[in-house]
Amino acid sequence: MPRLTINGGEVEVPPGTNLIEAARKVGVEIPHYCYHPGLSVAGQCRLCMVDIEKTPRPTIACNTQAAEGMVVWTETDRVKETRRSVMEFHLINHPLDCPVCDQAGECWLQIYYMKHGLYEPRMMDEKVHKPKAVPLGPHVILDAERCILCSRCVRFCDEITGTGELGIFHRGDHSEIGLFPGRELANKYSGNVVDICPVGALTDRDFRFQVRVWYLDATKSVCPGCARGCNIDVHVNRRRPHHAEGRRVARLKPRVNADVNTWWICDAGRYGFTFVDDKTRLVTPSRRDGEAVTDVAWDQAVSAVAAALERAAPGEVAVVASAKMANEDLWALRRLLVHRGIRRVGFRIPPRVPGDEDAFLIKADKNPNSLGAELIGLEGNVRDLLAAARARQVKVLWIFGHDLFESALPEADVAAALRGAETVIFTGTSANATSERARWVLPAAAWVEREGTYTNFQGRVQRFRRAVEPLGQALAEWDILGRVLQALGAEATPPRAERWFRELAAAVPAFAGLTYQAIGDAGVMVTR
Amino acid sequence: MTAEKLLTRNFGRADSHTLRAYLESGGYTAWQKAQALEPAAITEEVKQSNLRGLGGAGFPTGTKWSFIPKHHTGPVYLVINADEGEPGTFKDRYLLEREPHALIEGMLIAARAIRAAKGFVYIRGEYVEPWRRFSAAVKEAYDAGYLGRGLDVVVHRGAGAYICGEETGLISSLEGKKGWPKVKPPFPAIKGAFGMPTIVNNVETICHVPHIINRGAAWFASLGTKTQGGTRIFSVSGRVRKPGIYEASVAITLRALIYELAGGVAGNGRLKAVVPGGSSAAILRADEIDVTADVDGLRNAGTMAGSAGVIVMDETVSIPEALMVVARFYAHESCGQCTPCRESTGWIYQMTKRIVEGRGRKDDLDTILDVARRGAGTTICAFYDGAVGPYISYIEKFRAEFEALIPN
Repeated sequence: MPRLTINGGEVEVPPGTNLIEAARKVGVEIPHYCYHPGLSVAGQCRLCMVDIEKTPRPTIACNTQAAEGMVVWTETDRVKETRRSVMEFHLINHPLDCPVCDQAGECWLQIYYMKHGLYEPRMMDEKVHKPKAVPLGPHVILDAERCILCSRCVRFCDEITGTGELGIFHRGDHSEIGLFPGRELANKYSGNVVDICPVGALTDRDFRFQVRVWYLDATKSVCPGCARGCNIDVHVNRRRPHHAEGRRVARLKPRVNADVNTWWICDAGRYGFTFVDDKTRLVTPSRRDGEAVTDVAWDQAVSAVAAALERAAPGEVAVVASAKMANEDLWALRRLLVHRGIRRVGFRIPPRVPGDEDAFLIKADKNPNSLGAELIGLEGNVRDLLAAARARQVKVLWIFGHDLFESALPEADVAAALRGAETVIFTGTSANATSERARWVLPAAAWVEREGTYTNFQGRVQRFRRAVEPLGQALAEWDILGRVLQALGAEATPPRAERWFRELAAAVPAFAGLTYQAIGDAGVMVTR
Repeated sequence: MTAEKLLTRNFGRADSHTLRAYLESGGYTAWQKAQALEPAAITEEVKQSNLRGLGGAGFPTGTKWSFIPKHHTGPVYLVINADEGEPGTFKDRYLLEREPHALIEGMLIAARAIRAAKGFVYIRGEYVEPWRRFSAAVKEAYDAGYLGRGLDVVVHRGAGAYICGEETGLISSLEGKKGWPKVKPPFPAIKGAFGMPTIVNNVETICHVPHIINRGAAWFASLGTKTQGGTRIFSVSGRVRKPGIYEASVAITLRALIYELAGGVAGNGRLKAVVPGGSSAAILRADEIDVTADVDGLRNAGTMAGSAGVIVMDETVSIPEALMVVARFYAHESCGQCTPCRESTGWIYQMTKRIVEGRGRKDDLDTILDVARRGAGTTICAFYDGAVGPYISYIEKFRAEFEALIPN
């Protein structure tokens, strides 16, 4: 482990650590554009120059490995002057169109100009012109004039996805990023190039022109799109609700977790949040009588559901849970099942089309919490359960989230099962063909509207936090189940997700000893 | 000051490119001799000869060979840089056309020294006839059993980018990638072509090797200066009466080269300036040419021997126009990888162009000098430092001529 000194502070780093990372360890930020910890070293932007004692001139930190006894200075006059020069070079052909650029506010040209540039501009000649507003694929659009040719996007497509759609074409100051002939930037991870683009060259077609980034707030969360549970930040627009047609969730961005997703997320997850502000959201509890749907108060819906459960014998109740529910919800459900002695339960609904999977992040299981549901003890045969409903052995059928018609189950069987049960209850965020056949609809809060945890396929329990208020009267499933439990005369139920989790940790050995605090931002493994 | 001809000794023969002519002049005897030598002994002999790289950087050849890791067990490659692109330089094309077997013999010896079983010859794309001649010679050498028994040679044609003459740019191009120079470390001798230890040598450098083996390091060293042995081929162009290539001792003075070998100054007959080492070398005024043309002699004179492309300008040549042409070249040929080079070569070209067109601004000259100095030494390869040579020296030495073009 080499020990070195950076700006007078000693630090010991693993062999092979470069000076940018070593400096981070002592709280020293070395400005850089082309270096990215998840990609190979390109050494092109020339911004990360530092002074190393016994070296004649400033050296790039990204391509210099820490060595025993090395003495590094990052703020010498010579280094500052070099940075200022490199900033000027980066900006002479830049269009400086910040007022209309989506990157403004999170642009590293802006940030570093203010920190390390501040020179008097002296480029008076015509700038080089390049293609603008070029769609590269379904999600990404290019402004080649804003590009500083750091090559991060090219390296991402070469090294991470291995798809190689992008290249740098032409030479000198006419160099530009572009697609190879006949190619489209349509790989399953294409949105990441927007995140790693340090400037406004690559922007997100979904996000651009929606809202200025300084109006956004970020909340730590977990992607619910598959069993991996990539760590994300949810960016929401609360301060300018009139922007973006009332869309509250502006975008999702990957959050680094070395054990789960490193720096990346897939496009399916990144753009999979649109349901949150969609018209199909269920916002009030309701009761259906034939074609007529009546909004009802929560109290009314809860007591009706509780009464239906009480009327039926435990063997006459069946529950289709969902692995999209949080651990807290599933535990509340488990308590309800135990309280009533209900045995017919399951959560695995075979998808109509098998989920795609790759060797990188994407998992075939499109549920974020299958392992949690399994560990909490909700495993069961859904086909048998539905067969019982068809055979009129089920009086109350409670379905969480699923649209059973959008599954591999035969449509006729599903329809017969829904007809066969006396009372169908649906709990979920959004209306679907199944909810339309339910007598009682109990609206659930979307994951960004509430707290909770998922257990990913690795067994990592990860927290997601509330970014926005629930839409309408929607409630977290643990809250709905808690109210039903109380109506059924159960012991006091916890008032917060965290308290439900404590109960779960006390009751289920796999979760023993875990707390929200212990889970933290990076998650923690269950005991297996 | 006309030394014995080594590289160009057969250039007078119309059939000098054939194996027969090469054998008649003693060809491949050095290879026979070298086969009896240990690889380390070959390297040592080349070190002692003070042979220095003749492509531009002037690095000691034997020392470069000794950088190959001793315990490496995989392939090692020998790459010949025949991408002669430095403006004002045209020696390697003659060697490829007229003495191709000298390169092959030199490669055999060098490959033995570094334990390479494969050699690549990267020939500039525009060099069609040199490529034909050299390829024919490679076939002859295979047929005669020189090649194919321990050394295979691959002839690769470039596609016309100056930067592919930079050794790691050349390696990238050879690997099938865009010809971008690579960040160092690792250096090619550690991790070069296809990730393997690689030595890149210039054509002329390797053509010297058979002579060193045949006649000894001491003899070779005695032909030059204390720090550089042998002869080299000077490409003399511009305003001289007899432009062309001249083989001479590296210790020849620029004055002797221009006035004794190249027939003196053409144009109006009065010398204005000399660029001694290809376009990347700093310019010398007429009163600065009494210097020896070896690597250290020209370095001490504030310029460089480079590729020994000597460009002569008489008094009728406009230095600002010459700088504009040079600046256009560097702006066009910058690979675009490193920001300082990519951005400032184009900017400086625009400024020089404006000055030449009478649209210069008062502070343009100082801006060019400042930009050039700020960018110097900040890039992956030596390209930009090569551009900085002319930017700074043309303006510093002929400032009045530039100022005269800038409107008040």
